[in-house]
Amino acid sequence: MTDLETFRAETRAWLEANCPAEVRGPMDSEEDRVWGGRNPTFKTPAHKLWMERMGAKGWTAPEWPAEYGGGGLSREEAKVLHSELRRIDAQLALSSFGIWMLGPALLQFGTEEQKKRFLPEIVRGEIRWCQGYSEPGAGSDLAGIQTRAVDEGDHWIVNGQKVWTSYADKADWIFCLVRTDPDAPKHLGISFVLFDMTTPGVTTKPITLISGKSPFCETFFDDVRVEKANLVGTLNRGWDVAKALLAHERTMIGAMGSIASGRPMGLVAADSLGVDSDARLEDPMLRARIAELEVDLAAFNLAMERVGDQVKARQVSPAIASMLKYYGSELNKRRHEILMTAGGSDTLEWESERSGHGSAARDWLRTKANSIEGGTSEIQLNIIAKHLLQLPGA
Amino acid sequence: MPLILTEEQTMLKEAADGFLSENAPVAHLRALRDSHDADGVSRDLWKAFGEMGFAGVIIPEEHGGSGLGAVEAGVMAEALGRTLTPSPFMGSGVLCASLLAEGGSTEQQGEWLPKIAAGEAILALALDEGPKHRPSAMTARAERSGNGFKLNGAKGFVLDGHIADALIVAAKTDDVTLSLFLVDPKTAGVEIERTVMVDAHNAARVTLTDVQVDADAMVGAIDQGEPLLQKALNLGRACAAAQLNGAGDQAFQITLEYLRTRKQFGKLIGEFQALQHRAAHLFSEIELSRAATLGALQRIDAGVDEKGLSASIAKSKAGRVAELAVQEAVQMHGGVGMTDEFDVGLYMKRVRVLNELFGDAGFHADRLARAQGY
Ligand SMILES: Cc1cc2nc3c(=O)[nH]c(=O)nc-3n(C[C@H](O)[C@H](O)[C@H](O)COP(=O)(O)OP(=O)(O)OC[C@H]3O[C@@H](n4cnc5c(N)ncnc54)[C@H](O)[C@@H]3O)c2cc1C
Repeated sequence: MTDLETFRAETRAWLEANCPAEVRGPMDSEEDRVWGGRNPTFKTPAHKLWMERMGAKGWTAPEWPAEYGGGGLSREEAKVLHSELRRIDAQLALSSFGIWMLGPALLQFGTEEQKKRFLPEIVRGEIRWCQGYSEPGAGSDLAGIQTRAVDEGDHWIVNGQKVWTSYADKADWIFCLVRTDPDAPKHLGISFVLFDMTTPGVTTKPITLISGKSPFCETFFDDVRVEKANLVGTLNRGWDVAKALLAHERTMIGAMGSIASGRPMGLVAADSLGVDSDARLEDPMLRARIAELEVDLAAFNLAMERVGDQVKARQVSPAIASMLKYYGSELNKRRHEILMTAGGSDTLEWESERSGHGSAARDWLRTKANSIEGGTSEIQLNIIAKHLLQLPGA
Repeated sequence: MPLILTEEQTMLKEAADGFLSENAPVAHLRALRDSHDADGVSRDLWKAFGEMGFAGVIIPEEHGGSGLGAVEAGVMAEALGRTLTPSPFMGSGVLCASLLAEGGSTEQQGEWLPKIAAGEAILALALDEGPKHRPSAMTARAERSGNGFKLNGAKGFVLDGHIADALIVAAKTDDVTLSLFLVDPKTAGVEIERTVMVDAHNAARVTLTDVQVDADAMVGAIDQGEPLLQKALNLGRACAAAQLNGAGDQAFQITLEYLRTRKQFGKLIGEFQALQHRAAHLFSEIELSRAATLGALQRIDAGVDEKGLSASIAKSKAGRVAELAVQEAVQMHGGVGMTDEFDVGLYMKRVRVLNELFGDAGFHADRLARAQGY
């Protein structure tokens, strides 16, 4: 057996022994995700166990170095792990902005102390992070942020407002863009800082979305004291960190396009619409839409994998994350439009127990933000045109 | 297996691109077309292809080939797509080579594989019958007769059929199963009509009327043609996807160049966001198509695409994407895109043909749907 085959066999055996039955199969709704943190909530005790077991092995962040609590796996091993997880239809052990966004940025820009302090907690799901980027006047034009950090010697005093801060009310810490030099050109006066959400002066206020859900907040900073040790990267060069982190965020949001859980969509549709005498989905137009979507989904999954391999082999610009973000988020919207069409009136129920309190409709509405959050589709297309296609004036 | 080309495969790609852009660029296609060349393909070029080791890329070394795999065949196909070079590669080097290498008798292999690999022989697969690729609807028949078989039927879209040194004909040997026959085109009862296609590439209609062949003309065992054919078609479909990627991407590259240089309203047209966004969308589609195609080719090499679904995904995706690429190419070039003198129209025509080859995007999406049970 090759090393990789041995690894697969061992992984399979470990998962068989350690992945509880309750966390296998599709999630009922987005609400069931495990986010960890200081005050975690779990759908079942098995979900807690699953997070802890995977966290202890470092497999919530399989490719991070083992010295920071990660799995220390090679890319090929990580692929094997993912395929084995898919094989048993295991749910994600831990959803985490720390893993998807902050961690990779810390690995690249953080000091040794910062890595040692923050990364292992992230891997084990002990601290939950939120992202303080957008402001009322700075969305697509993110470098226009106004939140000020004034130098007070060994610390800064931060004042300002963020908006759209996902899960700010549940997060323990925030990674935040602040303006440290108001006189510099807008990209050059920004710093990237970390602070505890329980610091005096931090308050949040929920924003309800069209999906009726409210994990989003306005976040206010009123004379918030931030230690200088919590600066990531160079002072006034936080834009570099912000951009690198955005690339990871975009890949993560794009990856939602690749999630095809459980039962093939055509069969889901056949369950509700029935089949014709050839045992094909009754609605031929819908059948064609689903089949085309499945082709795109399969191609997108391979594109995700290929981009990962290209990045590893240094064959591609980091701006390629914009392609994944753009395509994946539009694909995910298409998928949910089709799920709603296939489900018909059953998916229109908003409050019944039977419909999981409208989970299909709420998930559908939530996906509309995929092409807005983390930079809109238009912004991704601008980046592709400028950085990957070198089009003029872009 | 990482989804990128290995160093050796990258070298092969560079060699193929270099060879073709030097010896058979788009001007080569134009010359063949405008001179109404009797063959529509250059036999010298096919020989040179053999000498470079390109023609027999999938043929085992013991038969004079390069003994490489599907990914390498895809690399060649993509290069041919980029330069629009008419070549017996698909018919001979991919389809017939695969059929013979997998199912040919020792004599058949000994006779034909080295010649294909050397670029000395041109073979053609006679499979499709109606205007759409639908192997399951085949009506050509082979009935036992004398010490062999009598073939009857009509085939179309036979790549290089008009200049083939040998035909491989698919025919039903009973109501469900099919068999494959190696037929000398000079046999009595074989009629071949060249059909020059819209893209100035070559295909033929082949009519078989009581064509008598010996039993040893059979490729593979009787009634066992289906698996051989599926295997060859899988490879052919993935290679056609690669060829579509080559043609689509080249049309895109030409378009990008135009966006960077053409001025209107005192600006480069590439500065208009409406065009930038369409170009960026197309780029994303091309990336997916490439990933799907390389994925399929690698799976074929790894022997894990038995049902051919990865190849179907690749062919379906590549077909739609290349179509978008050529449509955008003509549109973004404005009036000049409609002129024969400009190349993008040639790409549009070629993509149309490649789309029909071995099943269009809908055919393959439908295959995927059926395989999943809906
Ligand atoms: C559900 C959700 C969760 C979010 N989570 C977070 C979070 O956790 N943390 C955080 O910091 N932010 C978060 N965001 C904010 C998100 O990043 C911004 O909403 C986004 O960047 C767009 O900014 P905006 O809403 O101000 O829209 P605007 O920038 O005002 O854009 C309005 C429209 O104009 C278009 N547009 C703008 N500029 C251009 C241009 N140059 N070319 C073409 N079109 C253009 C946009 O594409 C859009 O269609 C979240 C947003 C949502 C909806």
